[in-house]
Amino acid sequence: MAQHQVNYASTGGLPIALSTADHLINWGRSNSLWPLTYGLACCAIEMMASGDSRYDFDRFGTIFRASPRQADVMILAGTLSKKHAEFARRLYDQMTEPKWVISMGSCANTGGMFNTYATVQGVDRIIPVDIYLPGCAPRPETLQYAMMMLQTKIRRESANMNKNTKQNLRLI
Amino acid sequence: MRKYTPKDNVQAKSYYTDRYYVAPRVPTQDVQADEIFAQQLETLKVKVEVKSAYIQLGQMIVEINSKDNYTALEILKNECDYAMCTELSAVDYLAKDGNFEVFYQMLNLKERKRMRLVCRVQPKEALESTVPLFKSANFAEREMFDMFGIVSNNHPFMKRILMPDDWEGHPLLKTYPLIGDEFASWYEVDKIFGKDAREAIGPENRDQAKIERYDTKRFSRVGHEVPFGADISEGEPETPIEYSETLLVNYNKGTKQLDRRK
Repeated sequence: MAQHQVNYASTGGLPIALSTADHLINWGRSNSLWPLTYGLACCAIEMMASGDSRYDFDRFGTIFRASPRQADVMILAGTLSKKHAEFARRLYDQMTEPKWVISMGSCANTGGMFNTYATVQGVDRIIPVDIYLPGCAPRPETLQYAMMMLQTKIRRESANMNKNTKQNLRLI
Repeated sequence: MRKYTPKDNVQAKSYYTDRYYVAPRVPTQDVQADEIFAQQLETLKVKVEVKSAYIQLGQMIVEINSKDNYTALEILKNECDYAMCTELSAVDYLAKDGNFEVFYQMLNLKERKRMRLVCRVQPKEALESTVPLFKSANFAEREMFDMFGIVSNNHPFMKRILMPDDWEGHPLLKTYPLIGDEFASWYEVDKIFGKDAREAIGPENRDQAKIERYDTKRFSRVGHEVPFGADISEGEPETPIEYSETLLVNYNKGTKQLDRRK
């Protein structure tokens, strides 16, 4: 006869998992990192490739969003010009907490080969960065690895963002 | 005394120049060598004062006075079938001649001919806009203003096109350094955070080979982050980077005597 109601208490298989609130919240945060679609130059091609079926970001729960208000991660992919710096900062400010930033490629990290008057010499001059990706341009594997590193970082953090030691957050 | 460096041209120079190098010159032909060009030049000479005219690489180059630019282009468009103005910009000859050279690159689709109308413009002088004749001149004249500061009169929308509106300086001038001036280096900081944040953020790092040995604030392992400005030396005194003697080869010190006859 089919058993309509399982008596867990009697079988010892209690459907209860004990954990901390931090662990639960970070489990959710780290497994649904939604990056902002923010391609600035050629690195954006590699970022798009990471999102497509071959490298498949979706399996990490990483789904690109077209609005900063729905995004958790800002991937600055490419050369940031001084004219655009203002808007990059505005988009960062529009993102809801908690938020993280990945600086993708040499140009975003340091200005790269563009040692000129029109290029921001490293996006960390205007936005606090969590992970720097080397490469010109970094391959999709590198971006995937960075995303996994970011997941690891989030899982180690406190769910209360105010308690975390924010490095590079000298501007906030 | 401090070494004198001219300030009228701050562009990067070649580190080596051959003393005996003679730059090749493009061969110049007389306009009469091509009938169509000769005919067009005659049409142009009726109303416009032509300073010089010649043919280079199959293109006619005509130099006129800057005040005649609109009239000349009107004649070229209506009477000589130059339907397209493919390119329009300026060249900075301020250090050499004290003026700019403004050029209009024209294309004649009927005769399959190209020609260049050239005029010299003084630094504070404004040109007449050619937007009523050629729509393509709209963005090109804005770019010329943005990059060189040459204003076009009666332009429908005389505004910067590439640089931000509140930018200072004209970047394609030879007096403008490639890495930017004081204004350019603080532009994004001043704009976003204000001038008070300059000290906290610090100047730009323009040294591509800079190594900060004890700087791990940017390259920390996950879970081993340190707050900004923390002492990470662990008591170790700061020493410059030293390289192994075996790796450094002194090519100036000739220890090996190859010529044994001596």
